[in-house]
Amino acid sequence: MSKGVTVGNKKANLFPFSSWMVLFVLVPIALVVYYAFTDVNGFTLSNLKWIVTYRNTLWLSIELALIATVICVLLAYPIAYSMSRASARVQRNATLFIMLPMWMNFLVRTYAWMTLLEDNGLINSALRAIFGMEFPGLHLINNHGAIVLGMVYNYLPYMILPIYTSLTKIGQSLIEAARDLGANGSQVFGRVILPMSVPGIISGITMVFIPSISTFIISKILGGGKDFLIGDLIEDYFLGNSGVVNYNIGAALSLVIMVMILAATFIMNHFDKDAQTSGGGVI
Amino acid sequence: MKKLLTVYNVLISIFLYAPIFVIVFFSFNSGSSRAVFEGFSMQWYQELFEDELILKSLYYSVIIAVLSAIVSTLIGTLAAIGIHSLKGWKKSAFLAVNNIPVVNPEIVTAISMMILFVFALGFFHNAEMGFGTLLIAHITFNIPYVVLSVLPKLRGMDQNIYYAALDLGCPPMRAFTKVVIPQIMPGIVSGLIMAFTLSLDDFVISYFNSGATFQTLPITIYSMTKKPYNLKLNALSTLLFAVVLALMLVVNLKKPKKAEKKA
Amino acid sequence: MKKKALALLLVALFVVSLCACGGGQANTATLNVYNWGEYIDLDTLDEFTARTGIKVNYTTYASNEEMYSKIVSGAASYDVIIPSEYMISKMIEEDLLAELDFGNIPNYQYIGEEYKGLDYDPDNKYSVPYTWGTVVIVYNTKYVDEEDVADESLELLWNEKYAGKILMFDNPRDAFALAHSRLGHSMNTTDPAEWEAAAEQLIEQKPLVQAYVMDQVFDKIIGEEAWIAPYYAGDAMSIMDDNEDIAAYVPVEGANRFFDSMCVLKSSRHKEEAEAFINFMCDTEIAEINAEEVCYAIPQVESFKLLPEEMREDTMVYPPEEVLEKCEVFINLPPETLDLQSRLWIKLKTTY
Repeated sequence: MSKGVTVGNKKANLFPFSSWMVLFVLVPIALVVYYAFTDVNGFTLSNLKWIVTYRNTLWLSIELALIATVICVLLAYPIAYSMSRASARVQRNATLFIMLPMWMNFLVRTYAWMTLLEDNGLINSALRAIFGMEFPGLHLINNHGAIVLGMVYNYLPYMILPIYTSLTKIGQSLIEAARDLGANGSQVFGRVILPMSVPGIISGITMVFIPSISTFIISKILGGGKDFLIGDLIEDYFLGNSGVVNYNIGAALSLVIMVMILAATFIMNHFDKDAQTSGGGVI
Repeated sequence: MKKLLTVYNVLISIFLYAPIFVIVFFSFNSGSSRAVFEGFSMQWYQELFEDELILKSLYYSVIIAVLSAIVSTLIGTLAAIGIHSLKGWKKSAFLAVNNIPVVNPEIVTAISMMILFVFALGFFHNAEMGFGTLLIAHITFNIPYVVLSVLPKLRGMDQNIYYAALDLGCPPMRAFTKVVIPQIMPGIVSGLIMAFTLSLDDFVISYFNSGATFQTLPITIYSMTKKPYNLKLNALSTLLFAVVLALMLVVNLKKPKKAEKKA
Repeated sequence: MKKKALALLLVALFVVSLCACGGGQANTATLNVYNWGEYIDLDTLDEFTARTGIKVNYTTYASNEEMYSKIVSGAASYDVIIPSEYMISKMIEEDLLAELDFGNIPNYQYIGEEYKGLDYDPDNKYSVPYTWGTVVIVYNTKYVDEEDVADESLELLWNEKYAGKILMFDNPRDAFALAHSRLGHSMNTTDPAEWEAAAEQLIEQKPLVQAYVMDQVFDKIIGEEAWIAPYYAGDAMSIMDDNEDIAAYVPVEGANRFFDSMCVLKSSRHKEEAEAFINFMCDTEIAEINAEEVCYAIPQVESFKLLPEEMREDTMVYPPEEVLEKCEVFINLPPETLDLQSRLWIKLKTTY
């Protein structure tokens, strides 16, 4: 339907953008590819073999990010749903309410979880006070569970908002029509509401999964620096915290997650054309 | 069912706000522990305002955020207009390139630019990462969001008004500024604000692309978390949070009606 | 509406920060000093600026490796750095350090003779000693049974009784040194088999480790979240000041003895100012004040005499000769060993 207005000179409008994106997006990616396939001796495929070496790291990252994403969908849906059924005023306030924590620096927020989760932390102290006994086996931090919690906590709003947006697009009349035709509550939900909110869920999934799988901070702060995720590996190879800097291996690992994610996004967008328009609409 | 949902929403709110509460609460700690509250005091706020490093990096953060938001809004708005006028595969290609920084994991964007900068700086004697590299990096990840927020406004624009203006003898440039720009203004403004926010909050990309002398607030905060924890960070976060909260409340209470339409 | 709020915020922040940082654009040189975290009395920096007019941009790192990679990536131009001995010899070899003009550092005379001409800088050309110390094992007497520390051994770090309450160095060189000592290896071994064996030790220890940390040791040990940690002697002293239940010992198997020295980078554009800074830190009075704050042993003989008695006689800060004999100083490892070390360290972090 959009025919396109030709305003000013097409080429002139696009020139700054094109040159900027070529120079600072495409060239850097080309450099990543270049580094991934070379070492000091020139062309090589040997960097890619590190993916095999680090396959467990890759799996762990995928596993934790997937768990976090699923938990986010499950936690976010009821919230998004009740928001979408509320009055306009409540909806607006709820949106603000959910976005507000994101205004605090995420490092400081993640650190605050340490205070909550530690063995001597607030949650454990509260439990001790309430039940009057010790829980020596209850370790809430420095494990994979805490990493998942950090991911869920940090990225939950990115799941709630897109689902909520897609739910608000479902007209009340549509739901009434379904009811008039004899659908009961769960049928209305299963046949009408859920399918129509799929675009929101999909865009939420990408917005939670991608930062989760590539995080290197959450695993450090809440995981006790014990288990590397793929993001930690990349950071390590580029900044040399283990004593050796190796751009080539780092680039190869980056290339792998980049290709994985671009492929997954492409497939998802294929399933859902609408996702493109709702993507990125956090604010 | 409804009650259940309410209980659930309260639980999630507690989950979202528990750390915030901890941060605010401990910012008034008279002790120096982030885990043991010893008594009320304002000492961390006082120390915060004496900490030049934090204040300087806040200043740097704002400078980078303002500059990168302005530049990326200019480039992004022009680009959106350009992309809007394209058709077919060309349009798809531009959109695809635009989406790369949005979809790519931040760390990949960060290291790809780091490689470029390290490579390019190698050609210059005494060149180092700092203001320039940070600004470029921030503009780069901001542009796509500006494009994405201006494009929908262009799609929803009534093009006939523009052609009418031309038919009435208005020069294209004037028609552009008088007719097109006002119609897409809300998209431009929201793009500008989004760019500003993203830039202010960015950690990952700055972490890989900043140098010794020019560090933004998130980088400073990160380097502080590696040391014995300092409650100045809580005081700082609390203050920034209070500013946002106050602004939201003021705007929200003032004009509830108009806002409803926009939302 | 949100947008307006944000726009307002933008303006507010801008104004606030402009006010906060207005002025102060003097054109005197600014020196970039890059030091370990928690390793200086920050007031001395102000004093330096007051005396010389030279401003200091002070940043910190958590390990020698972090500092090194920041410098070689060309990401940043620092002037003064304070690495440990093995890193200094590596950087001398790679031609990263500037030869100092000791005419600008008259206070060098106060450095004790035994701290001059050490292996890492045999001709005293590139470095001026800042502090020295050893690695010690810190533990909490409330929770750790006396019989487990009676032998003052490294075994405490591998004691399953304290699973989940043990902290460990988050840098490979220090962590591997402990494992090597436990096995009776030299910390400077280049034998790959010994490195593999040390890595096995660390992997065996991993389930017992609460977290791999550097300066977060302070929070966790003082707050009693963790009970046992290996750390640097001076920092251990600071920790003991804050929690009287904490004690520490130099392990009988031997420990790393380190010399951290001030160096100027070859790329520095303010070499003279940097030398002025080094000279200032060696000033008898300043070095004494600084030593009281950081709690490390100092090489400045005159300043040492000014220290309070309990500090001078503290055997953890200034261990007796027989203890020092068991300690080993790091030397720079050859590239293939460094490579192996980094690979094994990553292996430790990717063994789940």
